[in-house]
Amino acid sequence: MIFIHSIIHAKHLQFFTLSTMLSLLCFLLSLLFLLLLPCLRPCFSAKGSLKDKKKIDKGTYVVGEEEPPKGLRRELMPRHVAVIMDGNRRWAKQAGLLTSQGYEAGAKRLIEFAELCFKLGINTVSAFAFSTENWGRHKIEVKCLMYLFQRYLKSKIQFFQSKEIRVSVIGNLAKIPESLLGIITEIEDATKSYKKKHLILAIDYSGRFDILRACKSIVKKSEQGLIREEDVDETLFERELQTKCTEFPSPDLLIRTSGEQRISNFFLWQLAYTELFFSPVLWPDFDKDKLLDALASYQHRERRFGCRV
Amino acid sequence: MAELPGQIRHIGGRMSQLLEQIYGFSRRSLFRVISMGPIPCHIAFIMDGNRRYAKKCGLEDGSGHKAGFSALMSMLQYCYELGIKYVTIYAFSIDNFRRKPEEVESVMDLMLEKIKSLLEKESIVHQYGIRVYFIGNLALLNDQVRAAAEKVMKATAKNSRVVLLICIAYNSTDEIVQAVKKSCINKSDNIEASNYKHEDSDSDIEGTDMENQEKKIQLVDIEENMQMSVAPNPDILIRSSGETRLSNFLLWQTGNTQLCSPAALWPEIGLRHLLWAILNFQRNHSYLEKRKKQL
Repeated sequence: MIFIHSIIHAKHLQFFTLSTMLSLLCFLLSLLFLLLLPCLRPCFSAKGSLKDKKKIDKGTYVVGEEEPPKGLRRELMPRHVAVIMDGNRRWAKQAGLLTSQGYEAGAKRLIEFAELCFKLGINTVSAFAFSTENWGRHKIEVKCLMYLFQRYLKSKIQFFQSKEIRVSVIGNLAKIPESLLGIITEIEDATKSYKKKHLILAIDYSGRFDILRACKSIVKKSEQGLIREEDVDETLFERELQTKCTEFPSPDLLIRTSGEQRISNFFLWQLAYTELFFSPVLWPDFDKDKLLDALASYQHRERRFGCRV
Repeated sequence: MAELPGQIRHIGGRMSQLLEQIYGFSRRSLFRVISMGPIPCHIAFIMDGNRRYAKKCGLEDGSGHKAGFSALMSMLQYCYELGIKYVTIYAFSIDNFRRKPEEVESVMDLMLEKIKSLLEKESIVHQYGIRVYFIGNLALLNDQVRAAAEKVMKATAKNSRVVLLICIAYNSTDEIVQAVKKSCINKSDNIEASNYKHEDSDSDIEGTDMENQEKKIQLVDIEENMQMSVAPNPDILIRSSGETRLSNFLLWQTGNTQLCSPAALWPEIGLRHLLWAILNFQRNHSYLEKRKKQL
């Protein structure tokens, strides 16, 4: 009898210990779940930004060369859109292609992107083609990229002329091959008279070096007596940056593809009040719909520039 | 019978204390798990959404900022518990001076009150041994706020455990211009000093070459003269209220910083947003380290 009681008691004890452990585990798991539940939704998603409280006024559709289906307003179009074309190599890997084919697809996408932007009334498009930090990549890859730039720019000179698109290249340009430098000079000369559409390619560009260059230029001018130290302010500084080639040096919208949420030393000064849009899509897949999503998100934003609107 | 409400309150108080202790314990355990991976050295916050929060909750304008301050204290506590050494906050921009004068005045009054409270014994500064820096064009502040800020900086100068950088009357473009001006002045002083040395020395050094070398301003000269040079570049920048822009904050320093923009308004920000940002940072960390080695 005592033996049976002790077995039942032991079984009760085991059951009690097991149930305590299970309930403790459930408690810890539910605490973790409660803490992380809101984070299971992405912090920032391309579509999420469209759920802004502002309602679109359906009466004012854009009527231009290209009629956008999502009800964008021409008067709210950004004047300058910048893009960090990230994800070409990952796209190539996913598609089972070579890296060079990924870059080709990326270049093709850029031309389509720029054309579409100009049709929608955007004046300036700037693209981060090659960063100073990219010199650290494999030599063959860098060589392939330089050759791609050369080939593409050469083949598109007539296209840019026919579409009246001005092309400028900004960057250090000290290390790039002579042949590419020649093509750049040729294309800049051939298109410098066009004013309404401007494509800026940042090749061997770094935001910090741009600022340093502006600083050196200011020092030189002050030594020559062209400016005084007290005249040096933000406006004067901005005029010394490489983006002085455009009427709108500060982008209104920056798009970065492939889901990375960093500036990666692209425009630094110029991005002071730029609306940033991070898309999870890889650059060669960033088609017309994705661009319209980005523009719709931009148009829904309230830009305050530090003050109350 | 009359003692019953008092007893209930007492029990309620004990329960909430117990729950707080359990929560604190679970939080620190979670932090120990997260610390298995790389922890950022420096996090920056743009505390956006205080006014919208006040409007949303039907409070008067100033209360949003007060609620924001409590959220800030919690965030600082979590950061320092996690072992993050540098925290930077965007308290007041030079552009914010263009807001309504009454609003600017009330924010300045609140900041003066809170800056003074940092010196109290029970404040977070003493709890965590925080060294406080005020970064910005302090000449634009009124005398009282500036004096209080300078007092706090002096009083905490010997602390070294963790650092809090408060950007007040700050604009990144202003910081860059001031740094450029300072580097120019320093360079011309150096050239004058070296000219003076060359006149005295008998060596064969070609003075012109040395002058040219010293004259060239380098990246490191600008970096040294940045007010934010007291801290490394931020690893993560969190801007609350869902807006995705930098608003002229740390433009020079955030070239490779991970940007996060949770939708919560600043007074609503919580531990989960911080943890999510850190988990994303850990995900990208190895790739970024590899890239740094390539350079």
